[in-house]
Amino acid sequence: MSMIEFHDVEKYYGKFHALYHINLTVEKGEVVTIIGPSGSGKSTLLRTINGLERISSGQLIVNNFDLADKKTDMNRTRKNVGMVFQHFNLYANKSVLDNITLGPRLVLKESKDKAEEEARALLDLVGLSEKAKSMPNQLSGGQQQRIAIARSLAMKPQAILFDEPTSALDPEMIGDVLNVMKKIAEQGMTMIVVTHEMGFAEEVGDRVVFMDNGHILEDSKDVRSFFEKPKDERAQEFLSKVINH
Amino acid sequence: MWTIFTNNFGMFMEGLGYTLGASLLSLFFSLIIGTIFALLQINPSRTARIFGRIYVEFFRNVPLLVITMFFYVVIPRLGIPLSGFAAGSIGLTLYTSAFIAETVRAGIQSVDPGQMEAARSNGMTYVQAMRYIILPQAIKITVPPLGNQFINLVKNSSVLAFVAGFDLMYQGNLIASTTFETTTTYAIVGILYLIITLPMSYGMTYLDHRWSGRNTREEA
Repeated sequence: MSMIEFHDVEKYYGKFHALYHINLTVEKGEVVTIIGPSGSGKSTLLRTINGLERISSGQLIVNNFDLADKKTDMNRTRKNVGMVFQHFNLYANKSVLDNITLGPRLVLKESKDKAEEEARALLDLVGLSEKAKSMPNQLSGGQQQRIAIARSLAMKPQAILFDEPTSALDPEMIGDVLNVMKKIAEQGMTMIVVTHEMGFAEEVGDRVVFMDNGHILEDSKDVRSFFEKPKDERAQEFLSKVINH
Repeated sequence: MWTIFTNNFGMFMEGLGYTLGASLLSLFFSLIIGTIFALLQINPSRTARIFGRIYVEFFRNVPLLVITMFFYVVIPRLGIPLSGFAAGSIGLTLYTSAFIAETVRAGIQSVDPGQMEAARSNGMTYVQAMRYIILPQAIKITVPPLGNQFINLVKNSSVLAFVAGFDLMYQGNLIASTTFETTTTYAIVGILYLIITLPMSYGMTYLDHRWSGRNTREEA
């Protein structure tokens, strides 16, 4: 069963055409990476999936909910789709533990004890058990991002969206975050990852989507040969620039 | 100066009491009304935003004395009797609430929009996100400018003197006109206002220093 389906989706900001004719289907358990130059619409595409951006036309079905339909309850949809942001966006007024337990307690109506027990298991998974009582501003960027991943996992989502999760991190922090993401991918989570980490896309991704100027120019399930030689000319140009850096 | 003060001690204290009473009442209600209108102004609904905007622009831009006179003179003609104290306190509340709405709105809007996005992506409703994530952060940012509004509120309560509200300014006018010791009387009135406002001013500076730049720990 497919998890996410875009059918002829268009997105405009006023007169600016941000997404052109998007057709994309993501299966359950797939790890899809989206790459491309800045301003190509990657993040916009990702943000439509949990309704942070509304599509202008076409059809977008997430977990059997039609997001273009005004009657769709976005809160119910979002419950099933987690999101990890470039700038982490941990709740600045809450401790690490509360960051993770707040969603399960408020939205899933879990008891405090149950939510905290699960949160501690997730802290263990991301390797930050000793930080439960810390405040977000006491953590490094890499630690904050791992907590953000734990926070989205705590909702037991059907899929997690990653919006450039390592772009704001110091180089030595990136590996820790990517390792956590790899672990989650191995557990079978459906993941859509907008990234500039070509190594991650090649190693962990089941599929790579190349975007430029709001178009999907290439969508390849043969990740290895995409990175050897993409079919699309602009993708070739992009990869040669990124990899020779 | 001392004899003027001791001879009229009862009147000064009565005035101080009415001033404090009007200030506290207006503070309480303007904080509630102001927060409601701040939330209306940033509401996703366009109608709510326009309504909020009209309220704020109206009460912020009409002189306090005009609003107060409206409640003292016009409303009683419609058959609703209001004392000077009541009319003054209502005027103060409405006037101040418009400024508080602006202050609280600015505070909410200065919270990183990523906080709201994260909370919504986490499955929270708009109201839950506001209550648990946005407002607690906005309040800390809002405290110093709100302190200024409260100090203005105490000073503006002297509008009660125009509508026989028995406040400090009203009593001062009475004492000055009966004793003809205008300089001394108004000096005493000024000092009594300072006794209320200076501690507020220092309290705000203290809170600002304590909270600036870091988040204190709090329970969920």
